[in-house]
Amino acid sequence: MGNQNKAKAPRGLMRWIDARFPATQLFQDHLSHYYAPKNFNFWYFFGSLALLVLVNQIVTGIWLTMSFSPSAEGAFDSIEYIMRDVEWGWLIRYMHTTGASAFFVVIYLHMFRGLLYGSYKAPRELVWVFGMAIYLLLMAEAFMGYLLPWGQMSYWGAQVIISLFSAIPAIGPELAQWIRGDYLISGITLNRFFALHVVALPIVILALVVLHIIALHEVGSNNPDGIDIKQKKDEAGNPRDGIPFHPYYTVKDLVGVAVFLFVFCVVVFYFPEGGGYFIETPNFEPANPLQTPDHIAPVWYFTPFYAILRAITFSIFGLEAKFLGVMCMGGAIAVMFVLPWLDRSPVRSMRYKGWISKLMLALFAASFVTLGVLGVLPSTGGRTLLAQVCTAIYFAYFLLMPIYTRLEKTKPVPERVTG
Amino acid sequence: MKKQLITLIALLVPITAAAAGGASLPHSMEPDLQDQASLQNGMKLYVNYCMGCHSLEYQRFSRAAEDLDIPQDIVEDNLIFSADMAFNDQMHTALPKENAETWFGVTPPDLTLTARLHGTDWLYSYLLSFYQDPDRATGVNNTVFELTAMPNVLEPLQGVQEKVCADADATEGGSSGDSPDDNANCKSLEVTEQGQLSPEEFEETVYDLTNFLAYVGEPSKLQAQALAPKVLIFLFIFAVIAYLLKREYWRDIH
Repeated sequence: MGNQNKAKAPRGLMRWIDARFPATQLFQDHLSHYYAPKNFNFWYFFGSLALLVLVNQIVTGIWLTMSFSPSAEGAFDSIEYIMRDVEWGWLIRYMHTTGASAFFVVIYLHMFRGLLYGSYKAPRELVWVFGMAIYLLLMAEAFMGYLLPWGQMSYWGAQVIISLFSAIPAIGPELAQWIRGDYLISGITLNRFFALHVVALPIVILALVVLHIIALHEVGSNNPDGIDIKQKKDEAGNPRDGIPFHPYYTVKDLVGVAVFLFVFCVVVFYFPEGGGYFIETPNFEPANPLQTPDHIAPVWYFTPFYAILRAITFSIFGLEAKFLGVMCMGGAIAVMFVLPWLDRSPVRSMRYKGWISKLMLALFAASFVTLGVLGVLPSTGGRTLLAQVCTAIYFAYFLLMPIYTRLEKTKPVPERVTG
Repeated sequence: MKKQLITLIALLVPITAAAAGGASLPHSMEPDLQDQASLQNGMKLYVNYCMGCHSLEYQRFSRAAEDLDIPQDIVEDNLIFSADMAFNDQMHTALPKENAETWFGVTPPDLTLTARLHGTDWLYSYLLSFYQDPDRATGVNNTVFELTAMPNVLEPLQGVQEKVCADADATEGGSSGDSPDDNANCKSLEVTEQGQLSPEEFEETVYDLTNFLAYVGEPSKLQAQALAPKVLIFLFIFAVIAYLLKREYWRDIH
């Protein structure tokens, strides 16, 4: 790669810059000479789309802070002020609210791609771990952002989630109070969540996105066949099954961006409430600490974990059900971090794994979606049982993985990518 | 992959339906923000019948005038009753909170976001479902919102509506002993003494009022509806060009 740079040395301003900052070098390393496998399919659009939504959230977020008032007295009013009196305020706000849901849509699909093609397996463990850290912080970011409009569901949703911390033995109640900064959720909580939502978490998320991409570009992208394209190189030392990311994948991702934006804009312009899932209807009423809504449901992207929490209705070893529920919910996220070390299969891609892996992934995806649906609905006896079954499948997928990936018979992996 | 997607969609459909279905309402309406005559009439009705008690805290006269194409002088002469209120002000009620609580027991809620909070079907049904009830201080009750503190302010237009019990013989299994109010047979309402409007005209009037409140809930919807086709057409053309560009670049990749 270094030789090529010298061959096409830039002139003029670019040479001046390159002598002081590796602009051309960075462009080549990460775009024009970054070789990506040529057989990326539909599932590979969501990484670049996640980046697009991140930019959307940051830009619209900056404009929202210009008119938002982070106080218990002013927050709700300032949202309506943005919706009515600020030029294009409604569009900026709907892009932000829809963007939050879109973020989780693309992230969930991006993560599923990882599960499908074994993108977390060696040498990409750190890519996965950085990605999981982004996901975890994204949940915190979304949760804190959700309190800011100071509607009924903002308030009571936050009330439920923060009260989970109080289930931790011994330190729980003080911890919850420390998070709230008050005896109950108040303007103080709103102010600190605002600070974390607009300054602290975005900085950390951006830093992690950079680490995620640096780690990825160090080891190279995986592909639907899960084979290492660096094994077969041409005379120039470039992978035979690789193509430069730019222009090939930049133009391809541009198509994905256009299609995504079309769908995104249909929601923003025609269904900004997302059927009550993107903006929950109780949020059209200002927060009222004295009146609990009939049914508290978190936003859809948290519901699988909320369903796991509610599925634990029994105590074991003297531990309270609520605490066990919190442990399971935390465990459901924590177990994803160690996924790279649970998969003992000799192959990466689902295409060459055995039928048990395929079945387990299908069951896992189905139970994750089922849990998501159950988390929206009020619980009944039957639903709780179903949630328990799905929770068991969720954990079985991860915890039994070291066993079933080693036992099953895998198919032979081809030498070159198959498209 | 397709199979998984289909399973996912199949799983989601019944759930969404279940989540959307609440208590059934006797009436439904579809707001039409393009029907300016309806919205203008709705605003007139709102100012004359509702604003005595209910504010529209976030809705400015001027914004409504602009969006509904009502000239400023007409608004100032006919729709702003209080000398303290100007064209650019929000549509606040002149009723002081303390008085409201003394008179009704509760402060009449602000209605800016009611259409979004409860839905237009609820609002429309509520306004059509008042009936005579001598036990209530206001003389009326409501089948959609039991024991509502609100009087039927539209009564001069609607007339007197009463709860009618279906003939016990006509329905099977009509259990005896229930008080008439709790009886499932006593669900239908009937105008027994017509007001200024016929039942059909009255429904249209309530439609206009609800339509106006739907507009007030989200005035930006008018802007969104106007802008959306332009943006979507642009994105469609952009997508086609992006696809052709991609195909051109990828021509030699096999």
